[in-house]
Amino acid sequence: MNPFADREKALFELERRIADLRTASADQPVDIASEIATLEAKYQEVLRDVYGAPTPWQKVHIARHPNRPTALEYIAAFDRFDELHGDRAYRDDQAVVGGLGLLRGRAVMAIGQQRGRDTKENLRRNFGMVAPEGYRKVERLAHLATRFGVPMVTFVDTKGADPGIDSEEHAQSEAIAQCLVAFTDATVPIVAAIIGEGGSGGALALAIADRVIMLENSTYSVASPEGCAAILWGDATKAEEAASHLKLTAQDLLRFGIVDEVVPEPLGGANRDPSAVVARVLDRVDAALSELDRYVSPTLLSARYEKYRRIGSSKRDSSPAGRR
Amino acid sequence: MPMPEWLHVRRGKDEERNAAQWSKCPECGEMLYRRDLAANLWVCSRCNHHFRMGAYDRISGIVDGDFAEIGADVQVGDPLVWTDRKSYPAKLAGDREKSGLSEGVVCGFGQIGGFDVGLGVMDFHFRGGTMGTVVGERIALLLEEGRTRAIPCIIFTASGGARMEEGMFALMQLAKTTAAVTRFMDDGNLLIAVLTDPTTGGVSASFAFQADVIIAEPGAMIGFAGRRVIEQTIRQKLPDRFQTAEFLLEKGHIDMVVERRRIKEMLVHLLGYASHGAARRLHGVRA
Repeated sequence: MNPFADREKALFELERRIADLRTASADQPVDIASEIATLEAKYQEVLRDVYGAPTPWQKVHIARHPNRPTALEYIAAFDRFDELHGDRAYRDDQAVVGGLGLLRGRAVMAIGQQRGRDTKENLRRNFGMVAPEGYRKVERLAHLATRFGVPMVTFVDTKGADPGIDSEEHAQSEAIAQCLVAFTDATVPIVAAIIGEGGSGGALALAIADRVIMLENSTYSVASPEGCAAILWGDATKAEEAASHLKLTAQDLLRFGIVDEVVPEPLGGANRDPSAVVARVLDRVDAALSELDRYVSPTLLSARYEKYRRIGSSKRDSSPAGRR
Repeated sequence: MPMPEWLHVRRGKDEERNAAQWSKCPECGEMLYRRDLAANLWVCSRCNHHFRMGAYDRISGIVDGDFAEIGADVQVGDPLVWTDRKSYPAKLAGDREKSGLSEGVVCGFGQIGGFDVGLGVMDFHFRGGTMGTVVGERIALLLEEGRTRAIPCIIFTASGGARMEEGMFALMQLAKTTAAVTRFMDDGNLLIAVLTDPTTGGVSASFAFQADVIIAEPGAMIGFAGRRVIEQTIRQKLPDRFQTAEFLLEKGHIDMVVERRRIKEMLVHLLGYASHGAARRLHGVRA
């Protein structure tokens, strides 16, 4: 259950009362401005109380918030988008969308994991958990981006790759592994935006990039907190504890050099002002693409190689203990 | 380190641990004398069950003679300063003690059937063969050195996936090893993966399934998601054969299933074909 749900009720109640008073003050000559001001001050206070300094586990819930903008909301803010479908072999996995489009006048290949915005859409989109066919579509589109010579922009938002029987039978591992190769090899600039949940290899398959941008309350981790707790302690209910260990927040990952930039969100999360957040992220994507435009492909590829080659490269240990 | 020295060191430890010990075959229940089991490459003499095998036992059974290990001095890190029931460094120290390994993979160079190769062997006995920064770094070093020498590389996988205690640094090793595999293969070098029990998660979703030729040992459990995760998701029990090497062969995911005692022979054949191809390229013959 979302831990914000109950506490958000107090906020909605205040919002309603302020709105009521505003309507009332328009009709009546009575001066209730001071009452509105008091309520608004109270509202800000509750807002800070509810969302002020979210813990990692609270961020997991902000990242999963049903009203948080999804990939298609970002893509809808493009000048134009033409979706390309299917893996050319078996089916079109709708947990991931991709296609050519114009972002601020620049041609790009946009790809994003798409969770549903309601139950019906979630069933169609498998909660944004991509199957092998989806990753093969992504791999195909990555090659196509190179063919067109247009940069790639990805929107990462998934709990993880689909863990079902069919996905295993259709070689989920191989599909993700080849996606990783396609992104590593793509001769065009790649900018990835972690807009919600970045869950494990299923997220990384879209996130090998020259610039990785992450929203302030997004999460990105080696496994979902539930999965990590199940793996380490055989108990998925210890997810909150796992979330605090995993260092999955944007601030942690910026500090580690695993993401390049953190984009701020309004107090309470992107769900409180989706269109502003969408515009802000696209601004930063656009800025990153402009910067990457300066590099020729070989420079881009060697910089990409060095970037990933360096992460977690431990120093050599010459002590006897290191030579066991 | 030259073969006789490391072999001596390894064997000494193994023999201490294994002296007069018996192992029960998890498949058929047969009690097996560990020394006989080791002599039979850790395969049950009654039912052919393939036990999980130590990295150094594996290497000594595969290479012709010397084996020069690389990356043994890559320092063990604790990037998240992780502590749950135990600190991560304490878990690592415990596994070093139990397994006699410094980390979850041993990499180096040697010859197989007279062919120079780079060889990486993962070991499930060290933190379930999980991939953290040291495993990723050693695999990358192996492939970079293999690329410099322009020789084939062979990686034996055994892994429960990415290592939780290193968080995103562990996930990033998928990107790192992929980068190294890609450069290695883009230069025309041959990569062979031998998948052993179990090969799952981040390792199966990177170099295991990026190789040119993929061999698996009989009965090995191979997949992306773990069996328990899938069962919890779909709320029903999976058939026994699901995610076995034989199942994957049938589904077209791997090239072949080869019994452990035949693996070296198969590798020598594959390396032979590649050497013909290399000679052909060298002499400018077009197919």
